[in-house]
Amino acid sequence: MDWIGLGIIVAKIVFFLLVGFTAAGYVMNLAERKISAFMQDRLGPNRVGFWGLLQPVADIIKLFFKEDVVTDRASKVIYFVAPMIIAFTALSALAVIPLTDVLTFFGRGMAIQIANLNVGILFIFAIASLGTYGAVLSGWAGNSKYSFLGGLRSSAQMISYEVSMGLSIIGILMIFESLRLNDIILGQSPLLWGFLPKWGIVVQPLAFIIFLTAAFAETNRVPFDLQEADAELVAGFHTEFSNSMKFGMFFMAEYINMFTSSAVIVILFFGGWQIPGISTAEIVSFFISLGASEFFASLFTILLQLGVTFAKIAFFMFLFVWVRWTIPRFRYDQLMNLGWKGLLPLAILNILATGLVMVII
Amino acid sequence: METMLFYFFAFVAVATALLVITRRNPIHSALWLVLCFFSLAAVYVLLSAHFIAIIQIMVYVGAIMVLVLFVIMLLNLSEKELGDAKPTVLKFCGVILSGIFMVLLADGVKVLAPQAAVSVDEKFGTAEMLGRLLFTDYLLPFEIASLLLLTAMIGAVVLAKKRR
Repeated sequence: MDWIGLGIIVAKIVFFLLVGFTAAGYVMNLAERKISAFMQDRLGPNRVGFWGLLQPVADIIKLFFKEDVVTDRASKVIYFVAPMIIAFTALSALAVIPLTDVLTFFGRGMAIQIANLNVGILFIFAIASLGTYGAVLSGWAGNSKYSFLGGLRSSAQMISYEVSMGLSIIGILMIFESLRLNDIILGQSPLLWGFLPKWGIVVQPLAFIIFLTAAFAETNRVPFDLQEADAELVAGFHTEFSNSMKFGMFFMAEYINMFTSSAVIVILFFGGWQIPGISTAEIVSFFISLGASEFFASLFTILLQLGVTFAKIAFFMFLFVWVRWTIPRFRYDQLMNLGWKGLLPLAILNILATGLVMVII
Repeated sequence: METMLFYFFAFVAVATALLVITRRNPIHSALWLVLCFFSLAAVYVLLSAHFIAIIQIMVYVGAIMVLVLFVIMLLNLSEKELGDAKPTVLKFCGVILSGIFMVLLADGVKVLAPQAAVSVDEKFGTAEMLGRLLFTDYLLPFEIASLLLLTAMIGAVVLAKKRR
């Protein structure tokens, strides 16, 4: 057995877990509060640590020491498992996300990506569709009307928007002719007319709008956060989990899902780890021409690409927060109408139009 | 390694399938069925049919079972509505019938002689390969299946409209 290869895979898994917990969970938790405070002209958390930087740590400690109250006649096992399902689905979607291109280290191809599946994009969709279980089960298990309503709303919404989400990317798949995320990114490298990168958003602008809207619904964020509409349902499907680390899992899963959605948007529509017009080989040879050895040239390139990806992802994470504190919530019938009567026909139209254009060209 | 994985997932699939029919709480049954579908998907992966495996999870686990769960939860069956345990006669009939089915199935499997492992090329099981097959060799069944789905869709719309 290839022990080094196995070790690399384990290291990658640890890395992605760290990204999930820190970049997505910790940083976004803090960033959301700071940005919302800025938008509402408040100060935000500024007591724990310098500039409130340790606030999430304080929260985690608080969550750990809270009493675990289980509601009367709750379904114990499911009540216990549901938060785990949510956290599991959120984390496992990270497995196929490529953060850099494949680079050579000691004669071994390496990319910051756990599994390069030939059905990568479908894997993300499949895992995302499992998230519904966590929501609907946690809503049901607590034996509470509010959380049950929240769970039902969430599953109805997720199923509705998954359809338009899946159909919206078909245009992208038709153009780049692959389900493998790395191939889709590489397909976006050529420049159109010498200056415009052939990014997904350039060739499929309508698909981008549909996908972005559906992504907001899939991650249960405002303006589509009807399953936890705090004015109507207290806290929706996790009302009865207001205690202990189970609530922490819901909280973290939401941020990790935001990270995954942003990453998928970046990969499908914004060229992933690419800097427009510059290929990976050119970056490596640039570093070598500066006098770096081959190993360090690869290392710098991988770090540079990681930085590029994270910068792009960070912008979309910011967009999620930005929208949350800007736009009011939809009404439930408006949400369903938008999904089925607005986005779905548009997505199908987009497929037809893409097909026509591809036949003509 | 692969054989071990196969036996593991095969065992999980059979065990969860048994749990589906023995649990009294319909929600628990549905959840065990979800796990059963998962282990089947894992078996598909071992057969290098990655695309089918993912579609299995997406369609059966991600969509159909969610709806099943949804309906069971909305019905919210109480212990009384679930009724008493089935009479012994019915259970007995069930055992006999499934026994007959098992014999038929075993007879079918027996015909398949054990075959040497064949190596498949890299393209095997990809969406590309599957699409090519569906639109060449299996075009007619494919189109008929899509007609069937279309009929079901129209039927659902008609049923939903009737209320007004």
